[in-house]
Amino acid sequence: MKRLMIGNEAIARGAYEAGATVATAYPGTPSTEIVTKFSTYDNVYAEWAPNEKVALEVAAGASIGGARTLVTMKHVGVNVAADPLYTFSYTGVNGGLVIVSADDPGMHSSQNEQDNRGYGKFAKLPVIEPSDSLEAKDFTKLAFDISEKFDTPVMLRITTRLAHSQTLVEEGECLELGIKDYKKDAPKYVMLPGYARGRHVEVEKRMLGLKEFAETTDLNRIEWGDKSLGIITSGVVYQYVKEVLPHVSVLKLGMVNPLPEKLIRSFAQEVDKLIVIEELEPVIEDQIKAWGIKVEGKEHFSLIGEYSPELIEERIAGIQLNPGYGLDKQIPGRPPLMCPGCPHRGVFYTLRKMKLTVMGDIGCYTLGALSPLEGMDACICMGASIGTALGMEKARGEEFAGKLVAVIGDSTFVHSGITALIDVVYNQGTSTVLILDNDTTAMTGHQDHPATGVTITRQETRKLDIEAMVRAIGINNIRVVDPLNLKELETALKEELGRREPSVIIAKRPCALLHKTPIKERFYVDEEKCKGCKLCLKVGCTGIYFIDDDKKAAINPNTCVSCGLCPQVCTFDAIKVVEG
Amino acid sequence: MQSQTTNIMIVGVGGQGTLLTSRIIAKVAVDMGHDVKVSEIHGMAQRGGSVVSQVRFGEKIYSPIIKKGDADIILAFEKLEAARWLDYLKKDGMILINNARVDPLPVMSGKAKYPEDIVDKIKQHVAKTREVNATDIAVACGNARAANVALVGVLSWAIGIPADKVENAIKELVPAKALDINLRAFNEGYKLFS
Repeated sequence: MKRLMIGNEAIARGAYEAGATVATAYPGTPSTEIVTKFSTYDNVYAEWAPNEKVALEVAAGASIGGARTLVTMKHVGVNVAADPLYTFSYTGVNGGLVIVSADDPGMHSSQNEQDNRGYGKFAKLPVIEPSDSLEAKDFTKLAFDISEKFDTPVMLRITTRLAHSQTLVEEGECLELGIKDYKKDAPKYVMLPGYARGRHVEVEKRMLGLKEFAETTDLNRIEWGDKSLGIITSGVVYQYVKEVLPHVSVLKLGMVNPLPEKLIRSFAQEVDKLIVIEELEPVIEDQIKAWGIKVEGKEHFSLIGEYSPELIEERIAGIQLNPGYGLDKQIPGRPPLMCPGCPHRGVFYTLRKMKLTVMGDIGCYTLGALSPLEGMDACICMGASIGTALGMEKARGEEFAGKLVAVIGDSTFVHSGITALIDVVYNQGTSTVLILDNDTTAMTGHQDHPATGVTITRQETRKLDIEAMVRAIGINNIRVVDPLNLKELETALKEELGRREPSVIIAKRPCALLHKTPIKERFYVDEEKCKGCKLCLKVGCTGIYFIDDDKKAAINPNTCVSCGLCPQVCTFDAIKVVEG
Repeated sequence: MQSQTTNIMIVGVGGQGTLLTSRIIAKVAVDMGHDVKVSEIHGMAQRGGSVVSQVRFGEKIYSPIIKKGDADIILAFEKLEAARWLDYLKKDGMILINNARVDPLPVMSGKAKYPEDIVDKIKQHVAKTREVNATDIAVACGNARAANVALVGVLSWAIGIPADKVENAIKELVPAKALDINLRAFNEGYKLFS
C-alpha cells in the first residue's frame, strides 16, 4: 500500500530495507527525522552522537565491522565530519556506508547555504540525489549496493524541500543480510603514509569505475520531448522543471558525481539549446563547460537561495511572475520568537541590560540576537562562542574581557564547546562562559544528548555531568543559577566578569516546551501602577503586549505561562499575581 | 493536466494546528486514489513564526510546492497570514479566513499596527472570500481546541470532498477521547456555507 512519507522517513525506510543495522547522527535541520525514524525499527542500533565527526567515526567503525550503516547530518555538519570523511574515502568500506548530507538552499534553518555536492569532487565520493520520497527510499537502497560494489562511502545529498515534503511511497521487503565477515586488513584500514599511497591509487581506479557506472545506471535518465530545448537537472528542481516545462527534453541526473560525460555529450548533440538548472553552485554546469560542451545555466539563475516552479517558468519560458495584490507588503512581519516561558529570554534581556559583548552560538538562543532582545554580537557555527570570546580577549586585552561573555547551549557545548574551554584554561584566558542548560537539543525538536542522560530510544544512561566536567577541565569558578531569576543571574555575571580568571555560569532550567509545568498563578497588570514605559516589552514575549494606542501593558492569558519574568523587569511593580 | 490538479495552501502561525489540517486533507486525497504531494517547512513551527503547508493532489503531481497565483483554495488560520499569502491564490480562487487575530511582535511592541480592515481589503480583490469564526464553532461543540478541525470542515466543503471520507481520516488522526467533539466541530464547519 502506498502512503505519504517525508523524504527523511523514506531514507530511513530505504536504509532499513537495504539491511542497514546501524545508524548514527547529530541532530540538524533538515536531517533530524531520518535517524529518529530509523530508531523505531526492530533489530537495529540507532544513536545520537555528540557531534557529526564522532557520528561518522562510529559509522566508519560499524562499516569496517561489517554492518550496512547510515550516518546523517545537515550540510554544515559535514564540515565537522570532513576529517574522517576524506580519509574514510581512502580506506573504503566493508559493510556499505551511506552518508546523508541535508543541504538547506534558502537557509530555512541554517547559518549558510553551502552546496555539499562539492564534497563529492574533493573527497572523491559518488553523490546520489533523489527528487522525491519514493526515489529517496529507492536511491538509498541502491546507494548501499554502490558503496559495497565500489568500496566507497556514498553521499546521498538532499535539500530541505525534499527532506520535508511528503510524497507517496510503497514500502518494500527488508533484506536480511546479517553482517559481513571482518578480517584484519591493515593496508586497507590503517592510513599510514605507506598504506595511504596504495589506497589513493585504489580511489582513483574506483572513480574511473564509477564514471563508467554513471553512463549506464538507471539513476540517470533522458526523458525526450521537444528537442529545441534540453534541460539537465537533478533533485527536487527536476520536479519544478516537469511542472512548468512539460514538453522539453530533460536529462535527469540521479548521480551528480561523477557525471556521465558520454551521456551528457549525446544529449547535448540532440538538442538545439542546453541549459542546466541547479540550485546554488554551478557544479554540473562547470563540469560540462570543462568538457567543452556549449551550455547555459547561471546566466539565467542565481547562485543564491531556493528555486521555485514560477522562477523556472519566468526564466526559461519567459512568463512574467504573477504581480499579485501587494497586500503582503502592507502588513507587519512575523519573525519567530522564543516561546513564552523560555529560559533563554531573561538571559539575553540581562546581557543587553548590562551592555556586554556577547559571542553567541547555534540553537534557539540565537534568536536572542533579534529585536527586542538584541543581545548577541557574533555567531559563526556550532561551538564557536567560546573560541571567539577567547580570541577577542587576546586581541583586545583582559579589560575588554571584563565585559565579554560566551553563550552556548548544553547540546552545543557537548558538540564542540569543550575543546575551546580547554583552550581558555590552557592559554590563561579570563573568559566568562554562560552555558544555557535546558536539558535538550531544543531547536531541532527536542533530541536527547549525553548530558540529558537518556538515549535516542529513551533508555536511561550515564548522564554527563557538565559541572564536573568543567571542573576537570580546570575551571575553578563555577556557579549554577536559575535563568528565570534575573537578580541571581545578574549578580553571578557581575562577580564572574570581575575575576581575572575563567568562569563558567550554568543557567539551568528545562526548555519550556519540554517540561510543561501546570500554571499555579496568573499575572495581571495593575493599571494604576503601570506607567506605560514599555520596559516589559523589551523581553519580547507573546504573553505581554500593548494594544495600539493603549497607554498600559496587558497580559495575554492565552499565551502567558506565568514564568514570572516580566514582573522582575517592571520597575513599578505593576505586574502582579491574581489573588485567589 | 493543470485543470485536474487541486492546489491547497494552509497558512497560519506556528502552534495553531495547521499541520494536522494538511495531514487530514492529504490522507483523504490518498484514500481517494489521487497522486498527492505535501510540503511543509519544519524548524520554526513551534516558535510563533508564519507557517505554510501546501497540499497538491490530482492524477500526476510533480512539484511539491504551489506556483504563485496557482492555489485553488487558501485556508488562513489567521487574518494577517491571509494577506501575507494572498498572492498565491488563483484569479478565481477561494480564500477561507478564520476570524482570529494573533499579534506579531512588531504589533505587540507598538512598532506596527495590526490592520483592522485587512479582510475588507482582501474582499476588494477576491470575490470568493469567506470568513469563519472557528473558535465559536468549536466552543459551541464543547472545546475551543477543536477550532482547527472546524476549519477542516470548511475546507473540505470548499474542496468538494465527501464528509464521510474526511470523517474516516479524522478518526485515524485524532485521539479517541477528543473524537466526538472534533467530529461535531468538523460537521458544523462543513455545513457552514453548504
